Amino acid sequence: MTRDRLGAIAGVAESDLGVVGPDRTSLDLQAQAAKAALEEAGLGLSDVDAVFSAGGEAWSPTMAIAEYLGITPRWSDATNIGGSSFDAHVGHAVTAIRAGRCEVALITYGSTQRSQRSRSLGRTGEIRGPAQFELIWGLPLPVGAYALAATRHMHQYGTTAEQLAEVAVATRAWAALNPKAYYRDPISIGDVLASPIISSPLHLLDCCLVTDGGGAVVVVSEAVAGSLRGKPVWVIGHGEAHTHLTIANMPDLTVTPAALSGPVAMEMAGVTHADLDVVEVYDSFTITVIETLESLGFCAPGEGGEFVSRQRTAPGGDFPLNTNGGGLSYCHPGMYGIFLLIEATRQLRGERGEAQVPGARLALVNGTGGVLSSCATVVLAGD
Amino acid sequence: MTERPLPVPDRDTAPFWEAAREGRLRIQRCLGCGRNVFYPRPVCPHCLSSELGWIDCSGRGSVYSYTVVHRTSEEFRDQVPFTVALVELEEGVRLLARLDVGEPRVGMPVEVAFERVSDELSLPHFKEVD
Repeated sequence: MTRDRLGAIAGVAESDLGVVGPDRTSLDLQAQAAKAALEEAGLGLSDVDAVFSAGGEAWSPTMAIAEYLGITPRWSDATNIGGSSFDAHVGHAVTAIRAGRCEVALITYGSTQRSQRSRSLGRTGEIRGPAQFELIWGLPLPVGAYALAATRHMHQYGTTAEQLAEVAVATRAWAALNPKAYYRDPISIGDVLASPIISSPLHLLDCCLVTDGGGAVVVVSEAVAGSLRGKPVWVIGHGEAHTHLTIANMPDLTVTPAALSGPVAMEMAGVTHADLDVVEVYDSFTITVIETLESLGFCAPGEGGEFVSRQRTAPGGDFPLNTNGGGLSYCHPGMYGIFLLIEATRQLRGERGEAQVPGARLALVNGTGGVLSSCATVVLAGD
Repeated sequence: MTERPLPVPDRDTAPFWEAAREGRLRIQRCLGCGRNVFYPRPVCPHCLSSELGWIDCSGRGSVYSYTVVHRTSEEFRDQVPFTVALVELEEGVRLLARLDVGEPRVGMPVEVAFERVSDELSLPHFKEVD
């Protein structure tokens, strides 16, 4: 069938990942990734007329990266809805492109949280505003909030710790095929269950990594894509939603905003679940993956644990998921959503070597931000 | 040891913390639509009314979910393991609080028990209903 091409991803790149050292900055990593992504696309800085970014140290991340790279955009969007921001940026970029307001959008992210040891599980001192009901109990964030979701899911549906561990084991198996992954040694369900409990029922190996890293994605109009030598990956659907900021205000701890963003994106794309060849979803924690698959409708509510059992999502399984090794094993520099797009694009170009999903034509990306607070879904098609 | 984070009562939340100091759990009720509202705020998130009153809760509810915390930020490290729960009050709102029980479970009936932090401040904890 003919699907509307809303825009194209013309270039993607990571910066250095893992532990980059104390002499690097988040802007430096963004610039490194942006240069590589633009060069891959065959575009120059003067072609960029829109910038999208979130996170980093600057109070205005888009002004920071635009100044750093010498870009004067006519469209600027620093929407921050957590780790899904960059997936939302793709939707915003193609919307601006379709409105004729820009043609070449540069999306960037970078973080040196690992080298700066800036990641903290809590807050000190006086807590003002609504946060005073959330941050005074010692609940480690974000892991404690996801742990509350996991406890509820286990209670409501009988989901087991072993089923959560299946996600971590399968994701590590994909990481073994990715030379850029932070952890590549295989793990077993027993290893996950034997790792220390952080916030019950989540073990250390149910949790994403804490690494440095950056990424960039270049989104262009169909006309620009047609003028480039590379193989475009088409954006054919997108949706976004957020339902709460704080975990006490999540309407249902077992349903993520993907239940809202997913159907919008898939209807726009004109695709069904069975059409999709590869799926990349934010795996901040193993429970995130199970709830996301349910909320996107790949299985019924409560069936996510069974869905991922018997290593169904691992290499060789019939549901290729998080094929770069995910936030659980490849990299997780605080806000991971941009790396979902990078991996899905490479899969649809057929570039992933050992980890290539044979004949991948359609991919779904779903970012999740905050404490299961926001989701942005993007459907991509190969050329 | 870093200082434990504590709430700063403001125009919205002062009535909640004043009641807590007296051992009462108090939430807002919208005079426009009759719905209960927590956390406190000046505009009803259901109907946009700015007429919100306060009601005393029964102090009873049930555990909607919980987690036993083993690793957390520095200022709480001397307390681990401890349990944080989302409690669904009989009045229909959910709040996060400490759960002071040995073996927590979802659905457990609980009631409020205030922890006095200072002369000015008491925090709502929950314990199992006997």
